[in-house]
Amino acid sequence: MKAYVATLQNGESVRYVDKKRYLWTLAVFYPLQPFIGIGLHDVTGNEGWLLLPLLLSYGALPLLDLIIGEDTDSPPEAIVTKLDADRFYRRLTYAVVPLHFVSLIGSAWWAGTQDLSWWAFLGLAVVAGMTSGLGINTGHELGHRKSRLERNLAKLVLAVPVYGHFWIEHNRGHHRDVATPEDPVSSRMGESIYRFARREIPGAFRRAWAIETERLKRRGRSAWDGENQILQTMSLSLVLQGGLLAAFGWRMLPFLIVHNVLAWWQLTSANYVEHYGLLRQKDAAGRVERCQPHHSWNSNHLVSNLVLFHLQRHSDHHAHPLRRYQSLRHYENLPTLPSGYMGAYLLAWLPWLWYRVMDKRLLALPHVGGDLAMINVDPGRAALLQARYGSAAVPSP
Amino acid sequence: MSTYGCPECGYLYDENEGDAWEGYPPGTPFLSLPADFACPDCAITSKDDFRLAD
Repeated sequence: MKAYVATLQNGESVRYVDKKRYLWTLAVFYPLQPFIGIGLHDVTGNEGWLLLPLLLSYGALPLLDLIIGEDTDSPPEAIVTKLDADRFYRRLTYAVVPLHFVSLIGSAWWAGTQDLSWWAFLGLAVVAGMTSGLGINTGHELGHRKSRLERNLAKLVLAVPVYGHFWIEHNRGHHRDVATPEDPVSSRMGESIYRFARREIPGAFRRAWAIETERLKRRGRSAWDGENQILQTMSLSLVLQGGLLAAFGWRMLPFLIVHNVLAWWQLTSANYVEHYGLLRQKDAAGRVERCQPHHSWNSNHLVSNLVLFHLQRHSDHHAHPLRRYQSLRHYENLPTLPSGYMGAYLLAWLPWLWYRVMDKRLLALPHVGGDLAMINVDPGRAALLQARYGSAAVPSP
Repeated sequence: MSTYGCPECGYLYDENEGDAWEGYPPGTPFLSLPADFACPDCAITSKDDFRLAD
């Protein structure tokens, strides 16, 4: 196994072997999951198999997380630059991009050419959408890089589910406004994921549009100029999805709508669990404090981290947005989710259960100490939460 | 003309060059950038936190 060596300022030498190096290939092949269902359907004639990837992602994966558990192994800070520079890792993210196109086109082809029952058709669209949601995550990794190649690859993969605006508002909007009430993609205590989505999806788009059109204005161009990156990716989406409609007919319309919305929903779910209730404080002058490690929810569960390119090591990601996925580090004493993201999504989709599990976890965080003033509270639920948790007593986690 | 750097990600704003992509022509002084200017690459460094690089 490849070893990285660095010399510290005091002359000591530090050595690191990345045990996950080849395990990252799971993230490369995972987006081909629709073909497991398609292949089994083809071989057995039973269209039920098309739904298998749902069981894999939301059944098997959380179970594997539970069994295999957490992995806190991290590269020492001194090693991070070398690990980041190793091109092996970024090439994996490049390799996934075409696979997301293959995944959508393949799923669309099967849905468009087979005589599927309505529920199998719908199920396949959901599977395809979930898979393209993983593509948004790949776009997240690529979009955070400085190189033109990687940003272009990000735009390509984000175009698959018509979410090309994401990396603009994410990099320049979310990373600036994270864990404040003003951030449409940071969820508030007492806000269900369903209400959050109604704020997050349009809010993120509006923010992306504002950021990009302000840039164009500074360059003396109109919002509708061909240089508008949001319009560029939308054109790409139009060609791709328009092409599928032309190739496979009108039944592609419901297929693609379900696909797109499900992909967006994956991102909504990730956004929801990542900063729920966490709040950056304002100083006397109204300046918001720098994002601290305790402003993100984390998970170190190995299998889900491998599928998501370490997205779940979220605190380090916010501390160092340009740090590549392979180098993201675990910290002690961070807000922690009870499971990897997929398991957390299941909780989030049942708000009453989410509140039961997460609200006391939130209140018990050391920097919160039961004080609602330290929490990003949904204004509509403030009175209710005050009544329930208003005393200074900290509930036991 | 000076260069200002982002301590987090190394983005450099050279006043001689400006940043054409962002819409700041060559010769635009750093201090005249908008008050809410943040690092175009990482966004976590606000204008006040940039450091003079030379």
